[in-house]
Amino acid sequence: MSRISKDEVKHVAHLARLSINEEEADMFTKQLDDIIMYAEQLNELDTEGVEPTTHVLNLQNVMRKDEPKKWITKEEALKNAPDKQDGQFKVPSILE
Amino acid sequence: MALFDYTLRELQEKLHNKEITVTDLVDESYQRIEEVDHAVKAFLTLNKEAAQKQAAELDAARGNDAAKLFGLPIGVKDNIVTKGLRTTAASQLLRNLEDPLYDATVVQKLNEAKSVTIGKLNMDEFAMGSSNENSSYTATRNPWNTDYVPGGSSGGSAAAVAAGEVPFSLGSDTGGSIRQPAAFCGVVGLKPTYGRVSRFGLIAFASSLDQIGPITRSVEDNAFLLETIAGHDKMDSTSADVEVPKYTESLTGDVKGLKIAVPKEYLGEGVTPEVKEAVQAALKKYEELGATWEEVSLPHSKYAVATYYLLSSSEASANLARFDGVRYGVRTDNAKTMLDMFKNSRSEGFGNEVKRRIMLGTFALSSGYYDAYYKKAQQVRTLIKDDFEKVFEDYDVIIGPTTPTPAFKVGEKIDDPLTMYANDILTIPVNLAGVPGISVPCGLSTDGLPIGLQIIGKHFDESTVYRTAHAFEQATDFHKQRPSLGGAQS
Amino acid sequence: MNFETIIGLEVHVELKTESKIFSPSSNMFGDEPNSNVNPIDLGYPGVLPVLNEEAVNFAMKAAMALNCEIAADTKFDRKNYFYPDNPKAYQISQFDQPIGENGYIDIEVDGVKKRIGITRLHMEEDAGKLTHSDDGYSLVDYNRQGTPLVEIVSEPDIRTPKEAYAYLEALKNIIQYTGVSDCKMEEGSLRCDANLSLRPIGQEEFGTKTELKNLNSFSFVQKGLEFEDKRQEKVLLSGGEILQETRRYDEQTKETILMRVKEGSDDYRYFPEPDLVRLHIDEAWKERIREQIPELPDARKQRYIEELQLPAYDAMVLTNNKEMSDFFEDTIANGGDIKQSSNWLMGEVSAYMNKQQKEFGDLALTPQSLAKLTKLIEDGTISSKIAKKVFSELVEKGGDPEKIVKDKGLVQISDEGQLKEIITAILDNNQQSIEDYKNGKDKALGFLVGQVMKETKGQANPPMVNKIILEEMDKR
Repeated sequence: MSRISKDEVKHVAHLARLSINEEEADMFTKQLDDIIMYAEQLNELDTEGVEPTTHVLNLQNVMRKDEPKKWITKEEALKNAPDKQDGQFKVPSILE
Repeated sequence: MALFDYTLRELQEKLHNKEITVTDLVDESYQRIEEVDHAVKAFLTLNKEAAQKQAAELDAARGNDAAKLFGLPIGVKDNIVTKGLRTTAASQLLRNLEDPLYDATVVQKLNEAKSVTIGKLNMDEFAMGSSNENSSYTATRNPWNTDYVPGGSSGGSAAAVAAGEVPFSLGSDTGGSIRQPAAFCGVVGLKPTYGRVSRFGLIAFASSLDQIGPITRSVEDNAFLLETIAGHDKMDSTSADVEVPKYTESLTGDVKGLKIAVPKEYLGEGVTPEVKEAVQAALKKYEELGATWEEVSLPHSKYAVATYYLLSSSEASANLARFDGVRYGVRTDNAKTMLDMFKNSRSEGFGNEVKRRIMLGTFALSSGYYDAYYKKAQQVRTLIKDDFEKVFEDYDVIIGPTTPTPAFKVGEKIDDPLTMYANDILTIPVNLAGVPGISVPCGLSTDGLPIGLQIIGKHFDESTVYRTAHAFEQATDFHKQRPSLGGAQS
Repeated sequence: MNFETIIGLEVHVELKTESKIFSPSSNMFGDEPNSNVNPIDLGYPGVLPVLNEEAVNFAMKAAMALNCEIAADTKFDRKNYFYPDNPKAYQISQFDQPIGENGYIDIEVDGVKKRIGITRLHMEEDAGKLTHSDDGYSLVDYNRQGTPLVEIVSEPDIRTPKEAYAYLEALKNIIQYTGVSDCKMEEGSLRCDANLSLRPIGQEEFGTKTELKNLNSFSFVQKGLEFEDKRQEKVLLSGGEILQETRRYDEQTKETILMRVKEGSDDYRYFPEPDLVRLHIDEAWKERIREQIPELPDARKQRYIEELQLPAYDAMVLTNNKEMSDFFEDTIANGGDIKQSSNWLMGEVSAYMNKQQKEFGDLALTPQSLAKLTKLIEDGTISSKIAKKVFSELVEKGGDPEKIVKDKGLVQISDEGQLKEIITAILDNNQQSIEDYKNGKDKALGFLVGQVMKETKGQANPPMVNKIILEEMDKR
C-alpha cells in the first residue's frame, strides 16, 4: 500500500514552491513512500500521554530589552539583491 | 614532522618563542592545500589574500599574543556565516553570496581569539547528507583513500584536518555530521550539548538539533577550541546561560572509577565485526585504566532514525523556505511571474536530497498528517531522551562505536536514501537527546580506514567526555596515525 | 425566508515599541525604504529571533484591557507561506496557545447595550510592504517586517454592520487608552479583515462565509458588510450558493468585488518555533502589567457621570476619544469649569478639528488656555459670543486668553452707568420699537438688544443689557 500518491507529491512540491517534472515526481513518490513507510515503525510505540519534545533544554522567558540598534546600512541591505529599484527589492508582481 | 602534527598549544609556544611565525603557519596551510586539495577537495572558498595579510599583521604584533588562538590557521564549514567571505552551504542557490553581511557568533569569537581563517570547507548541501556527495560543487574525498567518502555533512572539515591542510576546523552536527566524518577520517570531533555553542550565524538545517563543534587532531586541541567558541549568546535564545569550564583542565588522564555504560543496541545488528572488535578493545583499555563498564539498554534507539528524519526534515522545510530568490542568492532567469520566481529559483538552486527532505518535511507538517508524523516523532523524541536520562542516573558516560561501519565507497549508497540514513543510527540519538558526544580514533579496518569510538556524556558535561576521550587517546597511538595521502596522489 | 447575519472581525494592531519584536531594528514608521532593517529582518541565512520583552508587555496590556484571560504558558509557532514581503517564508505567530483568550468588549448601538466576545489575542510579527507597479513588477520595503502585532479575533457575536462599527470604535478606543498603539488606520497601525455569513433564522450551524479584505476605514467596514449582507441575501433567495471567497470593498462603486475563491482551507503547516523558548507568565508579571493599565473608557465614563455630574451624553462623547478625554481631564485639572470645558470640547473644538482635519496634537490650544477661557466666561469678563472670537485666535495661534481679551479690548461691558448711557441713546432713536414692545410685540426687545450689541461690538453684558432696557422702557 502506498503512503503517498504522485498527486500528493505534486501538491507537497507546490506547497514547498518546488517545480518537479513527471520523471522527478515518479522518483520522489517512490523515495518518499519508502521513507514514510519506514517512518511508520513509530506506530509500534504507544505514545498516549507522552509530552512532545520541541526543546531538549527547559529554557523559558529568554528575552531582550526594547532597545533599537543600528546594524547595517540601507545599501548593505540591498547589496545581495538579485534585482532592485529605488532602494527596494524588485520582484515580478503577477501571481501566477 | 609537519607543523600541524604539533598540538595547538605547542604551536602557540613556538610562535611565542619566535621559532615560527604566523606567516609560516598560514603558508603551511596554503601549501598543503595546493599539494593535496585537488585530491581531497575539502575547500570550497579560500581566504588567501586576507589570511596572508592578517598573518603579517599578527606577526608584527607578536609579543602581544595573549589572544587564545593567536595566529592559528583554521578552516570553517561553509554553513557558518563569514562576513566578506563567500558562504554557500555548498548550495548553488547561494553560489553568489560573496558577502553574507555579518559574522556568525562563533566566527566573531574566533576573530577575537585572533585565529586566521584559511577558507570555507565543503559539506553536503545545507548539511543534508552523510557522505559529502550531496555538495553541489564537488564531493570531498577521504584522505585515507580517495575512493572512499570522508563522511558528512562536515566532510570537508574532517578531511582538511586529516589531510593536514589546517590544524583544526569547525563543523556542525545535526544527526552526526561532526562525529561521523571525524570517525571516517580518523580525527577528533565533538558535538557539544545542545545550547552549549551559539547557533547564531549557522545556516539552519534543523534548529532543535543543530550544534557547531570542533574537529581537531587531538582531544586536547578539541577542548582548547571548545573553550573559545562555547558560551551563552544573547543572539541565540536557545543557547544556555551555563558557565563554560576550562575543558583542558579536565584532561587528567585519570579515569579510575569511571562508570561506563555500553548500550547493547550500539553493538548489535549492522555493526561490522571490525568495528565491534575495535570498540571492545577500547573497553578493555578502559578497564586497564581503572574504569568499569556494563551493558545497558537504550530501548528506543531503533526508532531514532525515523524520528530524526521526520523532525529534521520538518524543521528544514521551514528553515530552507527563505531561499526564494528575493533578497540574496541566485534568482532564476525564468521568472515571469512571482510563482515562477519562487519555484524555479528553488528548483534550480537545490539538489535532490534537499528537495526530498523539504518535501518530506512539508508532508509531515501538512494538515491531516501533523499528528501522525510530526507530533508522533516529537513524542518518540521524548522517549529517546528519557532513555539517556535513565542511563545517566547510574553511569558517567556512554560508549559505543560512532558508526556501524568504516567509510564506504563514493557512489555506494547515493541512490538509496534509506541505507544512507541508516549509517547515522548511532549518532542521531545523541542529537535527539541534546547531549554531548565525541568521536575519537580507535583503530583501522583491514582496508586501512579509521574506526571511531563514540563517547557520550550528560548535558553540559563535556568535561567528563573529554577526560574519558583523552585518557584513551593517551593510552593508545591511534591518533598519531596519519593518512598516507601525499601531493602526488589524485 | 429570513436570515440572521453573523459577522466576525479580525483586527491587527501594531504595537509601538522602540524596536521590533524579534530583532533590534528601529520600529519607526515612515522612514526611507529598507533603512530600518538588519539581516534578521531580511531573513538572512543563519539569523535567529530574540523576543522583545516590551512587545510581550504591550500585548499583555492590550489583552487585559480587552478582558482576556492571560495564558500562564504560551509559545510561538511558525506559520508557513511564500510571499515576497514575508522574508523567512514563515511568519512567527502564535497558533494554539495565544497569550490572551476569552475576552470581551461592551458596545452600545441605538441605545442597546451588548457584549461582544473576543476569542483570542495573539502576538506575531508584521510583514514587509509590497508596492505594485504597472509594469508587472513589485517593490518590497522591509521596514515594517518584524513590527510587533497583536491579532484580535472576535467571537461570532456581531449581528449587524452597525455593531461591527461600534465594536471597532470601542476596540480602537480601548487600545488607545492603554497606550500600546496609536491605532491609525491610515498608517496601517490598525487593520481589519471582516467576514460575514447568513443562516436561516433558527438554524444552528453557520452558513458559508465570505471574507472582506483591504478595508481602509471603519465606515468602509460597515459599508462593505452592508453590501455583502444584501448581496448574500439576494444570492440565497434566488436559490444560489455562497462560495468561500475573499472580496474587497470598492470605495468608488460601493460594492464588494471578488478577489479570489478559496479552495479548501489554507495549509499553513504551523509548528512550534524551535528558535524561541517557552514563555511562562507568572502572577507577579501579570500584576506588574495590570498595575500599568490606566483607567479605561467605560470606567472613565462612569466617573464623569457620577463624580463630575456630567450628562451621560457628554461623558460618552468625551471618553469615546482618548485624546479628547485626556484634554478634558487636563483642562479641569487647570481649573476649567467642568460643564463649560465639556461643551467647548464637544462643540467648538471638535467642529474646528473636523473642518480643518486636525488632531489634538496639531492645535495651538492647550488645556491651560481652554481652562482660562472658561474661567473668563464664568466670571463674566467675556460673553460666550466674545469667547468664540477669543477661541478662534487661541486655536490657531495659541496664547493667553486673558491677554487676547485685553489686547483686543474685548472685555465685557458690565458697567451699569456706561450701559445706561448707550441704551438711553438707542431708545431715543427707536421710539417705534418701544411702542411695538408695549403693544405686545416681544420681538422688539430682541431688536433693541441687538442694537446695543452692535453699538458695543458685542461686548455688552447681555443679561445686564436686557435688564436695563426693560427698566428704561418702563420709565418712559
